[in-house]
Amino acid sequence: MPDSPHHPDSPHDSEAPELLKVGIDAPQFQVAAANPKRVEQGIAVMFLLGLFGFAGFGAAYWQNGSNFWLGSTLGVGMLGLGIGMVAWGKYLMPRGPFSESRHPTGPSVEEREAFLTDFSSRGKIAIERRSFLVKILAAAGGVFGVVAIFPLLRSLGPLPKNLFYKTAWKKGSYLVTAEGRRVHKDDLDKGGVLTVFPEGNVGGALSQTLLIRPESASFGYVVTTPSRKTWGPEGYLAFSKVCTHAGCPVALFQKELDQLLCPCHQSIFEVGPGKPATPIFGPAPRPLPQLPLYIDKQGYLRAQAPYDEPIGPGFWERGAPK
Amino acid sequence: MIDKLFRWADERLNISGGTRKLVNKIFPDHWSFMLGEIALYSFIVLVATGVFLTLYFVPSQQQIVYHGAYLPLVGQKVSEAYASTINLSFAVRAGLLMRQMHHWAANIFVGSIVVHMARVFFTGGYRRPRELNWIIGVNLLILAIFNGFLGYSLPDDLVSGTGIRIAFSILESVPGGSYIATFLFGGNFPGTLIISRFYIIHVLILPAIIAVLIGAHLGLLVKQKHTQFAGNGATEKNVVGAPMWPTFLAKTNGFLFLVAGVTALLAATVQINPIWQYGPYVPYKVSYAVQPDWYMGWLDGALRVMPSWEIVFPGHMIPNVFFPGILLPGITFTALMFWPMIEARIRKDHLEHHILDEPRNNPWRTALGAAVFSFYFVLFGASADDVLANYLNVSLNIVLVTFRVLVFAVPAIVYPLTYKICLELQHQHRPTKTKRHNIVMRSPDGGYSTVEVKPRPGDERLVLPPLPLDAMVLVTEDGVSAEMAADGGPPSNGHDAKKGRGIFRVPRTYH
Repeated sequence: MPDSPHHPDSPHDSEAPELLKVGIDAPQFQVAAANPKRVEQGIAVMFLLGLFGFAGFGAAYWQNGSNFWLGSTLGVGMLGLGIGMVAWGKYLMPRGPFSESRHPTGPSVEEREAFLTDFSSRGKIAIERRSFLVKILAAAGGVFGVVAIFPLLRSLGPLPKNLFYKTAWKKGSYLVTAEGRRVHKDDLDKGGVLTVFPEGNVGGALSQTLLIRPESASFGYVVTTPSRKTWGPEGYLAFSKVCTHAGCPVALFQKELDQLLCPCHQSIFEVGPGKPATPIFGPAPRPLPQLPLYIDKQGYLRAQAPYDEPIGPGFWERGAPK
Repeated sequence: MIDKLFRWADERLNISGGTRKLVNKIFPDHWSFMLGEIALYSFIVLVATGVFLTLYFVPSQQQIVYHGAYLPLVGQKVSEAYASTINLSFAVRAGLLMRQMHHWAANIFVGSIVVHMARVFFTGGYRRPRELNWIIGVNLLILAIFNGFLGYSLPDDLVSGTGIRIAFSILESVPGGSYIATFLFGGNFPGTLIISRFYIIHVLILPAIIAVLIGAHLGLLVKQKHTQFAGNGATEKNVVGAPMWPTFLAKTNGFLFLVAGVTALLAATVQINPIWQYGPYVPYKVSYAVQPDWYMGWLDGALRVMPSWEIVFPGHMIPNVFFPGILLPGITFTALMFWPMIEARIRKDHLEHHILDEPRNNPWRTALGAAVFSFYFVLFGASADDVLANYLNVSLNIVLVTFRVLVFAVPAIVYPLTYKICLELQHQHRPTKTKRHNIVMRSPDGGYSTVEVKPRPGDERLVLPPLPLDAMVLVTEDGVSAEMAADGGPPSNGHDAKKGRGIFRVPRTYH
């Protein structure tokens, strides 16, 4: 870095400037407008507009006027005032130009030396010779910082533990609709879809599940992968409705294509025989977890077991030992 | 009376001594210096309207049955936050106006910060000694975006609730993320605390930090003085323009009213965020073809164009949203913040600069800035990929793949194009207020050349030398402006009846 940071064009002035005597009739002190009288009239009109605008706002408020009248009277009033003031400044005040001088930004060498001398000499007497005190003070301050920050943070919420690994689904949970009604095996036609919850957790953000009866499936077991032979009885499949990308509800089912679409970022998942909600398009990285179903003797749909993996988007600690 | 009061205060506070410098502070006259003022004044509008809103908004996720002014909602279960926002929109006088002004002002606030920052970037205004003020500015941008998002989330409507869900997913994607997310939300999503926590951050913590940073931003501006464009007597060792008192104060206070007035008119005529149409947030419901507020668009677009990658290794994973949701803004704002130092090192330019660059005269920086801007602009467009697919009647796949290509292709085209345009502009005549004719000459052997017509006597602009306010005394007796005349200044009254074409003829002080 060069010694002087200042631009070569700008050598520092050191000589004391001689004051310039300027009369009020100097051209820089003339107003900018060629016809100040007319500008003044224009500004007066603007200020009057402002006055009427504000008065109108008062009237509109008094009369419980609509948003349109409240806002437009207020806006017109402010614009009138604003335009008038800007015009006043621009046309009826000394047009300039004026200037002020710019002094070197940094300190001079002497100033810096003097400051450092003051600072370090007093500092030596007061602090450096008491290094033992400094150490204890630092230790106390450090402990205070840790104690102040971490317990405060900690009391904000629980540790995650296995929060992200569990939903309200249990072995044998009845599938119920958003109204809380148990879902029967005759409820859905082919191509039908329904948002379901475990009984007792209606509306649950994490347990929300899509029950689908894909058109491509038979009325027997729908097998999405060989390890899930009995998970889809009588043409029914159930997948977590929480997108594995960013957690939005995967709410659109395109029944002709057997595809699920997430409306937030347009990830598409394929469902049906041999298709375990595999993402085929968009940013979603993983299939939607599948809920194993069975149909009980009364014909109600129930969960064989909870989800066997965390639902929803990935998280940094996922896969860490529980 | 006022005189007495002033003297009383002056004797105790020495107002005269300290304030003279301030009232003489010079503000350059270029229009682009207004952009930062828009940001400042929309912040004032935000505070004023925001205080009004706090009187009626209830930051609670407690579910209640709605009974209120908005009839279609009566009998539905909604949160208190949602119900109170509906009520302050419909049952409180001027409530909807204040809410819409607040929302519009927030969009204008972030927008004017971005445009102001672009002006500072393309003219090199961040160079030594103003690096620190640039960094403060970048932090103001980050805080403005954050606070905008928080405010947008408060009504607990269907659209913003989905946004909070996405924010939760991005939070849990960082190392230690499941801890951060459960601490902030007081448990797993959605919990019952997040609206009240967002509320206190939105109305107290972030506004306080923003206000302090704005103070520091302006304080540094006064301490280091303005930058300015070259010409009309501007040098590296002066500032040329209008003084704080009275010219700048009149203009800038008028401008405050202009910004507030435009915001009020927008709020009166252009509906924004009609949450009664979206409905309350229900975790298993979602709306189609919704976009966040504009300043989140680039992040939303990045989430959409990101390929479906996820890195898994024993014990941990880097989720997909980490890349567009954390890494991209992290790199963006870090690079922005340290750009003054990066540029100084690359260009080996450690000198002080108070005269701004014309963007065309620094084609490297201008082209780079334009290319980077175009990258974010494409991401912004990508956040509407579903709407575009609908509108253009093409498949979503084509739109998405196109955006994945464009996001790299457009900056690659914009850079050389901008560079070339800058070089071309350098060879142009400087743009002038009065346009002069060019005469195209054809030589006997068929070549063409352009000759600019020489200015005629009436065309010349009145250019006055700047009066140094800190090195002059104003003498009110007659005929004391001898020094000025000797300085080569024009005769005392610059108004020449023949030259006045209209009432608003103003001698331009710049280019």
